[in-house]
Amino acid sequence: MNLIQLSAFDLGLAALLVLALGGLIALSGLGLTRSLYVSSLRMVFQLLLIGAVLEALFRLNNPWLVALMGMVMLAVAGWEVVARQKRRLRGGWGYGIGLVAMALPAFSLTLFSLVALVGVTPWYTPQYAIPLLGMILGNTMTGIGLGFNRLTTGAAASRREIEAQLLLGYDMRQASRKLRQDSLHTAMVPTINMLTVAGVVSLPGMMTGQILAGTSPIDAVKYQILLMFLITSATGLGTMLAIELGTRRLFDERERLRLDRLLDAK
Amino acid sequence: MSTRNTSSALDVQGVSGAYFSPVDLRLAPGELLCLYGVSGSGKSQFLRALVDLEPHQGKVFLHGVEQQQMAAHDWRRKLAYLPAESGWWAARVGEHFAAPPALDELAGLGLDETILTREVGGLSSGERQRLGLLRLLQQRPQVMLLDEPSANLDPESTLKMEGMVREYLHLNGAAAIWVSHDPSQRARIADRGMEMPSNTMETAA
Repeated sequence: MNLIQLSAFDLGLAALLVLALGGLIALSGLGLTRSLYVSSLRMVFQLLLIGAVLEALFRLNNPWLVALMGMVMLAVAGWEVVARQKRRLRGGWGYGIGLVAMALPAFSLTLFSLVALVGVTPWYTPQYAIPLLGMILGNTMTGIGLGFNRLTTGAAASRREIEAQLLLGYDMRQASRKLRQDSLHTAMVPTINMLTVAGVVSLPGMMTGQILAGTSPIDAVKYQILLMFLITSATGLGTMLAIELGTRRLFDERERLRLDRLLDAK
Repeated sequence: MSTRNTSSALDVQGVSGAYFSPVDLRLAPGELLCLYGVSGSGKSQFLRALVDLEPHQGKVFLHGVEQQQMAAHDWRRKLAYLPAESGWWAARVGEHFAAPPALDELAGLGLDETILTREVGGLSSGERQRLGLLRLLQQRPQVMLLDEPSANLDPESTLKMEGMVREYLHLNGAAAIWVSHDPSQRARIADRGMEMPSNTMETAA
C-alpha cells in the first residue's frame, strides 16, 4: 500500500493542459474559456477544502460531525436539483420534494451498506461513511434532477394530451402514466448506461482510485460492484419517489392538471 | 341552501372563474343550448369549469348530483367536454378509442374505417373534430359541451355532425351546450340561445 505522492509541480503541469485548452478555444472564438477557467478554479478550491475537512473528520471520528457533513452535502444536492429545473414548482415544493426524494434512499442505503454489508465498526467511521454517501447522493441527485425536469417540462408541453385523457374520464394516474414513464426512463438511462459499459469502456473512478492506491484489483472490483448496486437502487428509488410526489403536486384533489403551480420557464 | 332541480339534466348556479362572469343556466333532458359571445368572454373557461378542469366558484348539478360529491373522473365521463382543439396522445387514431367505432357511426360523419389506422399527425383539423366527437360519444355522456365542433368542417359534414348530435340527444335524453358563432347554425339546431356575459366586471379571483 504505497501511493506515489503528487507534488504541486505535477498538479501545476496538469493545470497547464486546461489553460492551453482555454487558450485554444479563445483563439477559435467559440467562447467558453471564462466558465472553463472559473469552474476549474472552483474545482481546485472545493477539493482542497474537502480534503482538509475530511482530514479533520477522520481525525475527530465524531458521529455528529459526520451527520453534519451529510446534511451539508444533502442541502447542496437539493440546490443542484432545483438549478436543473426549467419549470420548477412554486413555493419551495421543487426543493422540498428533491430533498426528501434524495435523503430517504441515500441515507438509508448508506446506513444499510455500512451496517450490513461493509460491517465497519463503529458504523459511522468517516473514512467509509462519507465517500459512500457522497457517491450514492451524487448519482441520486443526477437521476432526480433529470427525471424531475422531464416531469415538469413534460407536463407543460403535453397539457393538451393529458387533459384529453382526463376529459375521457381517465383518472390522474392513467392520464399521467406516459409522463411518469418518460420521466423515470430519462432519469435511469445514465445509470443503466453506466452499468452496461462498466469495466469495458470505462473503468469506474472509485475502483481506479483504489487500484492506484495499491489495493488489489479484485478487492477494488468487489467494492465497485457493491457501489454500483447501491447507486442504482438509490437512484431508482429516489427518482420514483420524486416522480410520485411531483405528480401529486402537479394534479389537485379534483384531478386537474395545475400548471399554475409551475414557475415560468427560465 | 341551494335548491336542486332534479328534473334538470344540468343545473348551473352562479358559476364563475378568473376569466368569466357568473353564469346561471338550466338544461332540460334533450335540450340543446347554443352559447355564443365575443372572443375573450370566457366561453371555453366556463366549459372547463363545468367539467371541473379549472378551479371555480358556484355549483353545478348533473341530474341533481352536485359536482364536488362525485369523483372528478366519474364526473367528466357523465359531463363530457369536447375542446376546440382535441388532444391525441398515441401514434395512431384507433389507439384513442376504447372500442373501435362502428362503421355506420364513422360513415355518419363521412369517414371510413381506414382512418383508424392512420397516424394522428396526418389528420386534418376537420377530421380531428369529427373523430373527437365519436370518441366523446363512446362515453355515453348525459350532457355534452361542444366547443365550436364544426368550425373546420365543410357544409355537408357540418349538417351530418348536427344530425348525429341531435339524434344522440333525442335517443338518450341527453342535453348539450354547443358553442357556435354562426347565426344560421344556431337557428338550425338550437332549442335556445344564450350570450356569454361579458367579463368586464370580474377580475382575477
